Amino acid sequence: MRRLGARRGAPREASEPSAAPALAGDRSAKARLATLLLALLLAATLIVALGTGPALLSPRAVAAILLAGPKGEVASLADTVIVWQIRLPRVLLGALVGASLGLVGAMMQGLFRNPLADPGLIGVSSGAAFAAVATIVLSGSVLAPFAAALGLYALPVSAFGGGLAATLLIYRVGTRAGQSSVALILLAGIALGAFAAAGTGFLVYLSNDNQLRDLTFWSLGGLGGATWAKLWAGLPMMGAALLAAPFLARGLNGIVLGEAEAYHLGIRVQRLKRLTIVIVALATGAAVAVSGTIGFVGIVVPHLLRLWFGPDHRHLLPNAALGGAVLLLVADMAARTLVAPAELPIGILTAALGAPVFLWILLRRRGLAGL
Amino acid sequence: MRTPVAALLLALLAVPASAEPLPTRVVSIGGAITEVLYALGEDKRIAAVDTTSVYPPAALSEKPNVGYMRGLSAEGVLSLSPDLILMEDGAGPKEAVALIDAAGVPVRHVPSGYSVPDLLQKMRLVAAAVGRDEEGEALAQRMAGELEALRGDLAEIKSKRRVLFLLSVADGRANAAGHGTGADAVIRLAGAENVFGDMEGYKMLSPESAAALKPDVILMLDRAGPGGGDPLAIPALAATPAGQAGAVIRMDAAYLLGFGPRTPAALRDLAVRLYPDAGLGASLVR
Repeated sequence: MRRLGARRGAPREASEPSAAPALAGDRSAKARLATLLLALLLAATLIVALGTGPALLSPRAVAAILLAGPKGEVASLADTVIVWQIRLPRVLLGALVGASLGLVGAMMQGLFRNPLADPGLIGVSSGAAFAAVATIVLSGSVLAPFAAALGLYALPVSAFGGGLAATLLIYRVGTRAGQSSVALILLAGIALGAFAAAGTGFLVYLSNDNQLRDLTFWSLGGLGGATWAKLWAGLPMMGAALLAAPFLARGLNGIVLGEAEAYHLGIRVQRLKRLTIVIVALATGAAVAVSGTIGFVGIVVPHLLRLWFGPDHRHLLPNAALGGAVLLLVADMAARTLVAPAELPIGILTAALGAPVFLWILLRRRGLAGL
Repeated sequence: MRTPVAALLLALLAVPASAEPLPTRVVSIGGAITEVLYALGEDKRIAAVDTTSVYPPAALSEKPNVGYMRGLSAEGVLSLSPDLILMEDGAGPKEAVALIDAAGVPVRHVPSGYSVPDLLQKMRLVAAAVGRDEEGEALAQRMAGELEALRGDLAEIKSKRRVLFLLSVADGRANAAGHGTGADAVIRLAGAENVFGDMEGYKMLSPESAAALKPDVILMLDRAGPGGGDPLAIPALAATPAGQAGAVIRMDAAYLLGFGPRTPAALRDLAVRLYPDAGLGASLVR
């Protein structure tokens, strides 16, 4: 498979552009270690997450129920349902959403050459959320044909559309003569977020009491509604984004130097930007559709990874996905158990953890150019 | 599978009244259901309640809580090893309710309509679910009698009071109850007219239309907090007949809108305060 970032006939670069070539070897080793540790950590987290919850099931019982299959009769029906219909889809969906959020955070930060870019901050999530809310409220009236035709996929597809429209608009506004201004992009994101909030507000006005309650809980974000159906609905889009992203890593490395420089390195800059935007919108849209808006995972995880082994996207993208999955699974375990038998919306937790980190990044970057 | 010792002991102590053993670990989701169980003295069967179960106060303080009835966690509810789940209609989210239904634990969905027959049926259903059919029937009969007596007393009244129910008054905007709401039902059952009855559900009220509605009485829930502001601070409401007379009635939310065993008393209280000169008896509200 030819790398998407490479231009036909362009001279192959002997060495990848990297922020600090002298340290590249050392950093690669560190990054490989990070990948190994994160993969092990993710495997461990998946197992622990399957074993924890308000229902006290011993690890042995969980394993036996899993081995017996969804129709197995090794335990009571309630316990089988808890493991097979509640925890397993929830844990898998949590890993998928977390991986997507970590990945799109890293990709957007690469594209905008700024560690603070995040779908949640620059309005991509609000665009996706607005489209999703419209689908929830209007699926019985105006959007009935669309909802009927797509069934289960109506929500992820509309959220993708909303996220894509928002991303394109923000990029258009924020980019002049091939140079993206972060201040412009952030301001455009704020404006778009306000506009999406107005649209969402109008839909709230249209909705009946029951839809209103659904929307309120949905907007706080959470994996509580995880079902196999939701997992299958979100998997194609999030899976495609996770598989396609590594092919853009070299291109994103080049973009760090500036778009003109990247072009001279043989990177098809326009195509790279378009692909990145589509992947970000795909993953964000699907994630928002299945779990509402969960913020800050895409800022915190890539930032910590850069501190660990530097900014090389070939390492950053896969590790951001792994780290995002771990972080969201841990946050979801807290959401499920802290107030058991009730449940906390996970968006509250990620914001409470992530917002201070965001401020800390801001404080460290004060005085640097571009902000 | 977790079998708490307490549940075992209860199971041994419980004397089965019928052929099949009665549930000993009931998760009660919905304030009215919890109220009925306590009224029947069956609170020892309750394994957990939800946040809408505010009466009697013991329910909130003594029992584990599964959270808000519209934001349930399926695993949270099932983790209590319930042998019966009573759920008022309107519990959610849909996915969680579907998972709870699929878990093989007996679930009874209790209809939550705002009509008198719905109310009485709710009493019978909940009582029957814990094997107290006769007491449930007796409770329903007694409530039906009280409601009938109130209707007879109200029949004397010639001109109906015009009532506006405000769910909240926050920074100068009022959220009013239209038809299809519990508030609309209690206004009508207490022999008055809901001036906002042409609208459906709860809607924000524009000040101008508030003035045009000309309510005689403003009815509100009795609670602190930003939503419990003074409606007469809104000029348009102060200019209405209710505002001129200072006629603002406040009542406890669970009591007025709970649609449980205390509803006949709540309706009579409301009627007494709406028609103080009609000789309906003394208000029980302190």
